[in-house]
Amino acid sequence: MEEIIISVAQRTLVAGTPLLLGTIGEILCERSGILNLGVEGVMSVGAVTAFIVTLATGNPWLGMMVAIMAGMLISIIHAFASITLQSNQVVSGLALTMIGLGVSGLLGKSYVGIPLPVKMNDWNVPLLSDIPYIGRIFFMQSPFFYMAIVLAVATWFVLTHTSLGIKIRSTGENPKATETQGINVSLVKYGCVIVGGGFSGMAGANLSISYSSSWIEGMTAGRGWIVIALTIFALWNPTRAVLGAFLFGGIFVLQYLLQPLGISPNLLGLLPYLATLLVLTAIGMRDSQKLAAPAWLGEPYKRGER
Amino acid sequence: MEKITQLEMVGISKSFHGIPANDDIHLTINSGEILGLLGENGAGKTTLMNILYGLYQPDSGQIKINGQRVKIRTPQESMAVGIGMVHQHFALIQPHSAVENIVLGYQHSPLFFPQKKIQDDVLAFSKKFNFDIDLSKQVWQLSAGEQQRVEILKALFNGADLLILDEPTSVLTPQETQELFVILNRMKQEGHLIILISHKLDEITELCDRVTVLQKGKIVGHADTKDVDKRALARMMIGRDVIFNIEREEIPRSEKVLSVNNLVVNGDKGIPMVKGITFDIHKNEIFGIAGVSGNGQRELVEAITGLRKSESGEVRITDTDITNQPPDKIYNEGISHVPEERIKFGIAPGLYLYENAILKQHRSDKFSSRLFLAYKGIKEHARGLVDAFQVATPSIFIQTKNLSGGNIQKLILGREIDGEPPVLVASHPTYGLDVGATEYLRKQLLQRRKEGGAILLVSEDLEEISELCDRIAVIFQGQFMGILEADDPNIKDIGLMMAGTLQL
Repeated sequence: MEEIIISVAQRTLVAGTPLLLGTIGEILCERSGILNLGVEGVMSVGAVTAFIVTLATGNPWLGMMVAIMAGMLISIIHAFASITLQSNQVVSGLALTMIGLGVSGLLGKSYVGIPLPVKMNDWNVPLLSDIPYIGRIFFMQSPFFYMAIVLAVATWFVLTHTSLGIKIRSTGENPKATETQGINVSLVKYGCVIVGGGFSGMAGANLSISYSSSWIEGMTAGRGWIVIALTIFALWNPTRAVLGAFLFGGIFVLQYLLQPLGISPNLLGLLPYLATLLVLTAIGMRDSQKLAAPAWLGEPYKRGER
Repeated sequence: MEKITQLEMVGISKSFHGIPANDDIHLTINSGEILGLLGENGAGKTTLMNILYGLYQPDSGQIKINGQRVKIRTPQESMAVGIGMVHQHFALIQPHSAVENIVLGYQHSPLFFPQKKIQDDVLAFSKKFNFDIDLSKQVWQLSAGEQQRVEILKALFNGADLLILDEPTSVLTPQETQELFVILNRMKQEGHLIILISHKLDEITELCDRVTVLQKGKIVGHADTKDVDKRALARMMIGRDVIFNIEREEIPRSEKVLSVNNLVVNGDKGIPMVKGITFDIHKNEIFGIAGVSGNGQRELVEAITGLRKSESGEVRITDTDITNQPPDKIYNEGISHVPEERIKFGIAPGLYLYENAILKQHRSDKFSSRLFLAYKGIKEHARGLVDAFQVATPSIFIQTKNLSGGNIQKLILGREIDGEPPVLVASHPTYGLDVGATEYLRKQLLQRRKEGGAILLVSEDLEEISELCDRIAVIFQGQFMGILEADDPNIKDIGLMMAGTLQL
């Protein structure tokens, strides 16, 4: 029994890590006022590039770096469409998802089914990993896990305690007022969309070179959509995202846990989405004011309009 | 950057889509001086100042500081040379704290922990000018006067020598206005340069040293305020002799039509904005609600017209209880509504004029036959409205958003009162309109009163309220400070009531 609990807890964190990475990126992006529904596609691109580079070079760290860069690059499409062209962000985000899924399917066609000889190895934190129970759950994890936690805290710090963070938040709340204070609103948004894309790319790398060391088309399996829901669930706060991501990670693990009991896997695959719906309904019913999204989220902003 | 001692604008012109907003403007201001910029809405005052603040680029002309030509292409460059601006609609981030707002605009904000690091400096600054603000409070929790002081503080903290204030008193109570004037006079003594944009004669003559009058984008006069004749200024501003002289004939009040009883309504934030208001309106009566906006007027109107649920209390029209009924039912019971923010709530801007002419009435037999709209009848009706209410439009087949504000409002008012509803609720019906349209709309309201309508008029414009209303209620923080008859001698203290210091 003890073993099972430890293993479940450990796997919960593993499953939650890519969700956390993606969510931090989306929070950053949405705080600047840009809704990015392209996460699923960007993740997929990150996964395939990380896999290809790791297979070719044997260096998973290099794979991760390239995945981050690929995520940033492809997100420029969304940034250009929604900031420079002021197009509908839902449409351009969905387009990004489709492009990302398509491109990654194409690139990865010949890599399907090839096992990865090297992967990002788990890292045992010295001393801390010796703590009974706790050590095995928290300190014998993939480097992605530690990085995700550090990045979540760092993003929270940047958003709340730096002048850059105030600029980002102000841009999302009231771009016009922000601009009159001499801040280049477009630049802030571009930065946030691109860095956010980097986070999604990293989340994809997490899937293909650490979580499972293989590539198959559609391996993101809707995680990009859960990220969108998690962003709302976290109420745009990176520290709350940590909680949310691991809660949803737990639901993923629950699927595997309940399957031997004879419950259909298809039904269990529904759980994360069901949970999202329930959570959103619960928050919405309790106090819709709590759903205080950035006021200009999803609204195109035109400079110098009368 | 050296201190600004003199600023000149030389030959500034700017047009939007071929329509000139500023035409060859020259003006000069010196250290320790307050310059008034007087003009009607649309005279080009704000455009001119936005050019100075780097938000717009002039088509021609130049700006000189201390005799030297400077280029101001962005607000940043404007701040760098020592110009600060307080916009009419505050450029504040509402969910952020006051100090975070100051960090945002401050050019030397430290990267880490900026809120904590500049807090003391800001506090010292606000003490110097005797500002009384809790800097850690979020902006939406501050009163309009406090928000304005945050804006001024923001500009001064950034090292502004020249401060531009755009209609600074439009959101203030008379008392807050006096406090603002004290602050501005103190800044003047410190050697600051201040430009005050306003269309209120009294405050220009009280506060400013000199005044420049704009009309339709051109300068039509300069004057020293100490030897100026108010009437002459008014004539310069409007271009013809003043103004309204609307006769409100005495009509005895007849039977009660609308009654509101102990109504409590929550605002968007879930806290009560209307706290137990009771009043009746009779046939042949205009009942005015005066007050600074944000004191519950919007919530009250929305509760009466069914756009917002009330928490308790009741609303009745003659003998029918319409509390918390759906808006279409209330409309059919005879309450029509001229909403505030006419473009947002009064029309569907992208639809044609004739379609907007029947909003809310599209179900009536006149305009629909079962599944389909009866376009013939609709167009006839629209043409009728355009003629009857003097809507200036090339045709009824244009998108309504292309009409001017005054014509949109005439269309809305026409649509709402054409069917002679027993009750009309009108929110800020003439806000932002030119003199001609304002006069016309006010006359229409009086006409409706004469025909037997009961009108609830919500307005910030005291002149409008006192000209039109039979009774005036003053609202402050969701409660009536008193209900005055039009000839009540207490009417001179209406400013005190609006500020909440006097309750009758």
